[in-house]
Amino acid sequence: MSSVDTTVRRAARKRSGTTRLQRKQMRLGLRMVTPALIAVGLVAIYPLGVTIYQSFTNQQFLAGITPTKWVGLANYRALIHDTAFRQSIVTTVKFTVITVFFEFILGMVIALVVNSNFKGRGVMRAVMLIPWAIPTVICAQMWKWMYDDVFGVVNDLGLRLHLIDHSVAWISEPRTALLSVCVVDIWKTTPFVALLLLAGLQVIPNELYEAADVDGASKLRQFWKITLPLLTPTIFVALIFRSLDALRVFDVFYVFFGNRPDTQTMAIYDQNMIVTIGNVGYGAAVSVAIFLIIAIFVAIYLTAQRVSGGRE
Amino acid sequence: MSTAAGAVSGTTATPRRRVRHRRSPWRRLVRRIPFFLLVVIIIVFIGFPFYWALRSSLTPEGQLFTTPLHYWPTTPTLQNYRDAFSSGDFTHALLNSTIVAATLTIIALVLGGTAAYAVARFRFPGRNLTLLAMLSMTMFPQIAILGALYTLINKAHLYNTLTALIFSDLVLVLPLTTWILTSFMRQLPKDLEEAAYVDGATPTQAFYKVMLPLIAPGLVTAGLLAFITAWQEYLYALSFTDTPDKYTVTVAISSFTGKTGNAFQTPWGEIMAATMIVTVPLIVLTLVFQRRIISGLTAGAVKG
Repeated sequence: MSSVDTTVRRAARKRSGTTRLQRKQMRLGLRMVTPALIAVGLVAIYPLGVTIYQSFTNQQFLAGITPTKWVGLANYRALIHDTAFRQSIVTTVKFTVITVFFEFILGMVIALVVNSNFKGRGVMRAVMLIPWAIPTVICAQMWKWMYDDVFGVVNDLGLRLHLIDHSVAWISEPRTALLSVCVVDIWKTTPFVALLLLAGLQVIPNELYEAADVDGASKLRQFWKITLPLLTPTIFVALIFRSLDALRVFDVFYVFFGNRPDTQTMAIYDQNMIVTIGNVGYGAAVSVAIFLIIAIFVAIYLTAQRVSGGRE
Repeated sequence: MSTAAGAVSGTTATPRRRVRHRRSPWRRLVRRIPFFLLVVIIIVFIGFPFYWALRSSLTPEGQLFTTPLHYWPTTPTLQNYRDAFSSGDFTHALLNSTIVAATLTIIALVLGGTAAYAVARFRFPGRNLTLLAMLSMTMFPQIAILGALYTLINKAHLYNTLTALIFSDLVLVLPLTTWILTSFMRQLPKDLEEAAYVDGATPTQAFYKVMLPLIAPGLVTAGLLAFITAWQEYLYALSFTDTPDKYTVTVAISSFTGKTGNAFQTPWGEIMAATMIVTVPLIVLTLVFQRRIISGLTAGAVKG
């Protein structure tokens, strides 16, 4: 008798206990995300709102000199005719296209090499992490020294191997400036792209290749018919990450060229406008423009991804 | 595991196959030469700049600026390292970067860890919103809020302080830790906590007593990535600091004038020594935690 009684009571307690637990979990869940959300609001969303507001004003950093007032779309109208900003967009987009292209191709080659079984695979994976771990600014300094026009190793190697017939001032010469910066970025981030692609390669089941081997498909055919289609989602993630990073590039260009007008990126132009010149209102309009340009890129990628996903 | 499997397949391999292998070791080798050549090229391409920085840091300043170049430090010296520390600015910068990166890591782990646990485990309104907010922040261009942060920091009289850097770098680090920890916690089975609930534990107890020990590896991964990200930051550090005693390592190294520096010659030996001091610990950390870092870096990328 008493044992049945306790079982019933325990079951009842358990039932009401779960719902209470669920309610408790819900409240706790909300309480646990609140600090993070407040932080996001404080460091990202609120400043973004402030930026948008500032872009409609003529705010100067030294506000005492010219009082801040609402100027409507004046900043944006000026932006359309701003040739220096247009130049910076061209530079940034060129940089993005070149680096993302080469990083993807080279990253793919490296990922495929590391993915095949050979002795020393572990060593190679370790070496790949070295450029990633070095801060970009420091990579830039290392390469700047290597590019030195008199004592740089790039010129020395080039001359020894007869690839060039005289020393080149890689960084200061306009013809090679962009190229020299691209090489640094490719060196620094190709391993990262390779790691992403490698992670994607490793989840492709081996049985597919074995079956293809049995059917007599060549390695090249296997790559086009198995590897590439199954890797597409990872490729998109890698391309989006890299493009977004490349579009907001600042560090390498700043270390190499400072504010040199012919090699400014969008981020350098904006930073210069806000911090050095102190034209906060106009700089905010530039910020909004950069934000929109990057958003357009994201939209293009996402559309392309959906289209390619729908085809399969 | 893999060696055992190899041994098994070795003993069960058909005799015919083994004969074929023994008959053409040369062909096999020759066929693999291009492949190993490729491996060597890749390793040299990746490793050489680092080697060159190391070599330059050990070469006496006078020898650096003579031609022909030596590819090996014939008279290695630590003088560049001593010079790098001589002004005290670089020591300051190392300290500043450590303070900023360590504080940020702790804040981001606490905020991101609690948020990630809630998102991975509980159903509540605003759960998807949290994830969306974090994801869109990772795509956020830092430059987009530079002006606003600049004015806010000046208004709060935080210009040229480390607090300003900790505050503004949170936009980079917090989404990273939240994202990595969420994907990490989702992989853990729910059974353990449910067992704890059945035993009468509260959700808070379940978190501290059951989950926390389990997510410790995830915290290490997220913490390392957070630390390295904060350590690498340049744009905000450059914009929000003014005097060398508040510089972080990235700003210090990019504006190094050094002891021997003058208007005509950049002190490359000292800069390379400083570079080594900053990067070698990072590289060692990275290599020690190689697997964890790779899993953290690729979290979410594979699943799309």
